[in-house]
Amino acid sequence: MRRWSLTFAVVLSIAGVALQAARGAVLVNGAGATFPYPIYSKWFDEFHKRNPDVQINYQSIGSGGGIRQVTDGTVDFGASDGPMTDEQLAATKVPILHLPTVLGAVVPTFNLAGIEALRFTPEALAGIFLGKITRWDDAVLAEANPGVKLPGQAIVPVHRSDGSGTTYVFTDYLTKVSPEWSSSVGKGTAVNWPVGIGGKGNEGVTGLVKQTPNTIGYVELVYAVQNKLPVGAVKNRGGRFVQASLDSITAAAASAASNMPPDFRVSITDAAAADAYPIASFTWLLVPTRIKDAEKGRAMKEFLAWMLADGQKIAPGLQYAPLPEAVIGLERQALERISVGTT
Amino acid sequence: MSRTPASPIAHVGARPVVLPRPSRATPAVPRPQPPRPVTREAAVQRAPSRRLAPRWRMADTAFRLTALAFALSVLAITGTIAVELFVRSAPARRAFGWSFLWTGVWDPVFSKFGALPFIYGTLATTAIALAIATPLGLGAAICLAELMPRRLGDGLTFLLELLVAVPSVVYGLVGVFVLVPLVRSVGAPIERLLGGLPLFAGPVYGIGLLTAGVLLAVMIVPFIIAVGREVLLAVPQAQRDGALALGATRWETVRQVVLPYALARALGETMAVTMVIGNRPDIVASLFAPAHTMAAVLANEFAEAASDVHLAALVEIGLVLFGITLVVNGVARLLILGMRGAERARA
Repeated sequence: MRRWSLTFAVVLSIAGVALQAARGAVLVNGAGATFPYPIYSKWFDEFHKRNPDVQINYQSIGSGGGIRQVTDGTVDFGASDGPMTDEQLAATKVPILHLPTVLGAVVPTFNLAGIEALRFTPEALAGIFLGKITRWDDAVLAEANPGVKLPGQAIVPVHRSDGSGTTYVFTDYLTKVSPEWSSSVGKGTAVNWPVGIGGKGNEGVTGLVKQTPNTIGYVELVYAVQNKLPVGAVKNRGGRFVQASLDSITAAAASAASNMPPDFRVSITDAAAADAYPIASFTWLLVPTRIKDAEKGRAMKEFLAWMLADGQKIAPGLQYAPLPEAVIGLERQALERISVGTT
Repeated sequence: MSRTPASPIAHVGARPVVLPRPSRATPAVPRPQPPRPVTREAAVQRAPSRRLAPRWRMADTAFRLTALAFALSVLAITGTIAVELFVRSAPARRAFGWSFLWTGVWDPVFSKFGALPFIYGTLATTAIALAIATPLGLGAAICLAELMPRRLGDGLTFLLELLVAVPSVVYGLVGVFVLVPLVRSVGAPIERLLGGLPLFAGPVYGIGLLTAGVLLAVMIVPFIIAVGREVLLAVPQAQRDGALALGATRWETVRQVVLPYALARALGETMAVTMVIGNRPDIVASLFAPAHTMAAVLANEFAEAASDVHLAALVEIGLVLFGITLVVNGVARLLILGMRGAERARA
């Protein structure tokens, strides 16, 4: 009996090693954000087809987990929907480079009988989620939606109950447009919501909104498009009501490109451009600037260069807005900062 | 989360094993022998059919040691969990001390954490679940064990065991699509009628404490029935035919044994609860109000907890939940021990 189990264990471990060898010479591991997971897995798959000797594994464990793991060095790269804070950056052994990959947007979605389209001002969104605007026929909402018959019902705000980059982007936007939000709630992947009920994940929020009358929630644009949810237009800084679309998101990014900080940690919510959608954000890969394993380092840099060129062309098909040309140029320069091999 | 198997209950009715007495028959050739104490080994060795080759005796020892190691691993796992939770929650314990247990603000942005709303939500949903599930489950258990033909009872029990194995996310989906609209449509008139009382204050979203409690009840009823039936079937036929007074004692037994197990199950349920409870860390007396539980907040915020204190606070929630579950299971153990004692005294 014991001899058998020993044999079994030996066979298993041999098989494991053989499998690893067969998979490819270079295995790169990453972990982090869930929002870009569909495009990342597509990219890693496509890249593997072009470079069969490179296998990139990605675990979508959440931005917080991605930041922790890349800080500890348990993965080769991380990914996050919100940039790392200065304290988090100070805690890493190797300086971490933020590389924007694609853009996403967060959109308000709602459930009002007979109403398919609504327009939201920043004051309306902040007021609703602060609990100051409590009824759908409130003057602030009525003013932005002339001709729409708003019901005299209580508003039920719905937010994410799990920590998420989506919440980070949404609260980052509210922090910029509302001083009261900034001082009393603030921004983060999870916040202390003044009002509302929580749903787990985009699907949880969508479920609550779809099932409960008079609700308003926020979800990722990709998710809203795929599930054909009613999506509200949001008034941007230029005073125009803009629907989230790949074009209006890229426009928001382009306006940020001109004053992009060298570390790419930039928030593009409430962007200044005339046709920019205001609740948009980059999502980042977190790459250590020194990669000891030369093969891994080369594979990583090759992938990043490919992602900035051909990879970007795949993004719109999956409802992710591609990076503006100016940002791609800056990132190509930034790739030079990654040193490979023991130095 | 984890399902406690029904096995510990199965021992309740078991008697201590009676060892076969060594044969006193005089051997053909009387040999003067000093009287040996009758031990288990002696009993085994003297019975010729059970004599083992040394090779097998070694295997026996090996088996025993392996089994012991397996048994000890339970202790090791429990210990590791406790120590890990304790150590990793250190930053939160330093920052908030005991006040963590009775403050109600949960603010990851400003790093203020208190567990009270989660403790309240966990206990409240569990209480609702038990209040509904206990009479239902025990009634059904009695019916299955005592009133129905044995074969029919066995068949139904098989179905029940299937229900126990249904993943909780499936229960959650049923909750979202069936229970939530039901609570909303039934709750609205109740709220109109009794909304003045804090217990029934609106608005009725359909999600909230009551929905989570009812869903939990649905989830633990099969469990209570299955375990309750087993306990009842363990009643020896003689007693079953005997006095009603004994039957009354059995009722107590079932209630006391089954409850703590169902309680532990309800306390730790995560997925189904988070889908219907509304995930709002508030303490509101109303049954219709959204709430939050300890297991749910762990599942929700753990992956994205970025700051050390936030993570440590979540781990401390885990520690509190672990503590509560431990106490509940401990009480269950004590009850069973007490019952065994009582049984021996009767025998």
